[in-house]
Amino acid sequence: MAEPLAPLDVTVEANRCLNCYDAPCMHACPTSIDIPKFIRRIATGDLAGAAKTIMDANPMGASCARVCPTDELCEGACVYTPDAPAIRIGQLQQHATDWLIRDGRQLFTAGTPTGKRVAIVGAGPAGLSAARDLARLGHAVTIFERDDLPGGLNTYGIVPFRLPADVAVWEADQVRALGVDIRTGVSVGVDVTAAELLEYDAVVIACGMGTVPALGIPGEDAEGVWDALDFIRSAKMDGTVPGLGQTVAVIGGGNTAIDAATVSKRLGVPSVTMYYRRGAERMTAYGFEIEFAKTEGVEFRTNVLPHRILTTDGRVSGLELIKTDPAGTARPLVGTEYTIPCDTVVRAIGQTKFSKLLDAFGVSHENGIAVVDAGMRTNAPTVFAAGDCMFRAGASDAMVVEAAERGKTAARSVDELLRGGAR
Amino acid sequence: MADLSTNLAGIKSPNPFWLASAPPTNSGYQVMRAFKAGWGGVVWKTLCQEPIVNVTSRFAGLNLNGRKMLAMNNIELITDRPLDINLQEIAECKAAYPDRAIVASLMTDCTQARWHDLVRKCQTVPIDGFELNFGCPHGMSERGMGSAVGQDPELVEQITRWVKEVATVPVIVKLTPNITDVRWTARAATRGGADAISLINTINSLMGVDIDTWNPIPHVDGKSSHGGFCGPAVKPIALNMVGDCARDATVPIPISGIGGIANWSDAVEFMLMGSTNVQVCTAAMRDGFRIVEDMIDGLNTYLDDRGLASVSELVGKSVTRFVDWNDLNLDYKIVASIDQDKCINCNKCWIACEDAAHQCIDRLVDERGGTALKVDEEHCVGCNLCSMVCPVEDCITMVRVDSGETTHTWRERLSVPS
Repeated sequence: MAEPLAPLDVTVEANRCLNCYDAPCMHACPTSIDIPKFIRRIATGDLAGAAKTIMDANPMGASCARVCPTDELCEGACVYTPDAPAIRIGQLQQHATDWLIRDGRQLFTAGTPTGKRVAIVGAGPAGLSAARDLARLGHAVTIFERDDLPGGLNTYGIVPFRLPADVAVWEADQVRALGVDIRTGVSVGVDVTAAELLEYDAVVIACGMGTVPALGIPGEDAEGVWDALDFIRSAKMDGTVPGLGQTVAVIGGGNTAIDAATVSKRLGVPSVTMYYRRGAERMTAYGFEIEFAKTEGVEFRTNVLPHRILTTDGRVSGLELIKTDPAGTARPLVGTEYTIPCDTVVRAIGQTKFSKLLDAFGVSHENGIAVVDAGMRTNAPTVFAAGDCMFRAGASDAMVVEAAERGKTAARSVDELLRGGAR
Repeated sequence: MADLSTNLAGIKSPNPFWLASAPPTNSGYQVMRAFKAGWGGVVWKTLCQEPIVNVTSRFAGLNLNGRKMLAMNNIELITDRPLDINLQEIAECKAAYPDRAIVASLMTDCTQARWHDLVRKCQTVPIDGFELNFGCPHGMSERGMGSAVGQDPELVEQITRWVKEVATVPVIVKLTPNITDVRWTARAATRGGADAISLINTINSLMGVDIDTWNPIPHVDGKSSHGGFCGPAVKPIALNMVGDCARDATVPIPISGIGGIANWSDAVEFMLMGSTNVQVCTAAMRDGFRIVEDMIDGLNTYLDDRGLASVSELVGKSVTRFVDWNDLNLDYKIVASIDQDKCINCNKCWIACEDAAHQCIDRLVDERGGTALKVDEEHCVGCNLCSMVCPVEDCITMVRVDSGETTHTWRERLSVPS
């Protein structure tokens, strides 16, 4: 994980930036941060200006500085590559946003009140980004968040050594400071109904996704079997996972699986292994994440499926696995079963969708994924959707930075609607 | 191995690299270290009959884009140590390194008696030459010395003549750049009998203002005074003045080049523009005396690669190419050419040309959304700006497009009846 840059490194790196015109890095950023501008402002000692450039374009700028796959985005597009190392844009962005967090000043102000009310479901990156921009446009925003803290996966779901919860909460506080009412501990559909929210002038659904589905194998209800998101949340918020043991098996090949595995290593588990049903090349985790996991000591087994969880006195004691077709079809090969001893099994095989919630708002969806147009408009006249709840399959979409951008887009469309523009 | 030895108006040194009169040549200890490192000569920090009093602080650096000390300025005065101690140390250094040049920089009050006295006292020790400090722009100039002398051609000529009346070794006159046309004082030095000139001394400057405290930089208890500006940033100014003197027929005496020289190639440039040798200060203040090892090696390789047997073969070779604007060929035409294979698409050339030059680079977009930069040769005026801002070596080159067969200058145009 990238450490904050030392002051000398900041000076060298910021001044190494060529200050391109119409820079490729800027085009590669989903939120279109004017990267040469913020780097130039760092180089000239205007940290407030640098932070403002970042946060203006991306309300999740502090989180994204830490979690963006920069190799595939801004840094991958840096004109220095491949002849020379790319500018470490992510770390410079972290330097500027860290400065802002320490400084504590408020960069933005709420717009002149329009008298319009907007409800947002979920205080994750998409919901907060939409709220931030709507508040700057003068709309009165209320966010309904089922968890105790705002920030969504940034707060609870990303391992602490990549993104500390206090950074995510700070970003939410910046939104709150614009007058946005973030009602935590309020679950839409339980504590408040969709019908009540539809009384607002507009609704933005940014509810994300649900729990990790069950593996559907025997022994799954044993103590020591975890939903990866609950597992990471426990590690992050409590600093520990009860009954972790000496051997952890993580099922899955995505970034959440990597997070569950690496956080286990950081919690001191000697043996952590990831089991993926297809070949390594099909794993959806970023290459740099896989490399990071390897350096942390995580082992990988591919073309293998969990078959049965072995238990002793109601607790996980082992895992029976079955090998799959080497051609990568994930078809199990009968007779290849084998068992390993383990104390904890973590499933990280995707997330369930909030189909019923979308139904309650009258929003069309495909298997729980809200159908939206380019402006994040759903079929329901006053309802918009942004973030994980509208992303199609594909790891590259489900990035914090994409969620932030969709939130911004939703805010623009809501504003158009509320100002009487064409829908 | 080329012959690096030089002879400036009779002052010989094994290589052309001298340390200029400045803080690095303040003491025998430093000069011994410099000679040990390989410097061909030193001009001792300026001597006077009586030591002066200095202030703290004294220096400030010019930083740019994270790089430190692209230039510096200083408000330190001439030597603050007694003359007899300086002379004793000069004798010790000369005895230890007899093949190196030791030149004494001198400054005193504007009377014949005082100058005669100072020269005679200095000549009690073995010394290879004198350099008259008519250039120091700060402090001493307020007492009628330094650049106060160097800005008045009559005083330059008069004092040079006084010194020559008693000097038994070559006399170099060091010129100040704080003047409208340096040739006037160069000519005055020549008329006064100077054996050589050295230039430039430092340029009047105020390094900066501290935006937190609002104190000038450097400050002495909250106040500052203008100082002498030197280092790589002054090199173009120095080179211009050296070239002006070198191409002036009424200044036929040799030149010791000074001003921002930090490496061997800087030295080559000064020698091509007419310097017999070069003096260095700021680079040594930043990186220490060891830089002379690289200067010697680089210069030697350069000469060997070009088949030149002696460094003296460089001296003045570019001087005839440094002319009045009126003598430039108006028929010469070049245009920029962008190597698409080397281009990294930073668009720096495009924005520079678009905003600040002649709007003659086109951004082309292909079917796949890829962009390419292409020079509109019809409108390109060949100004060089795009190639200057391009970060990639040899990506933008300037290509000659005229026939190369005709020459037509403004002077010729004026002389032809219409």
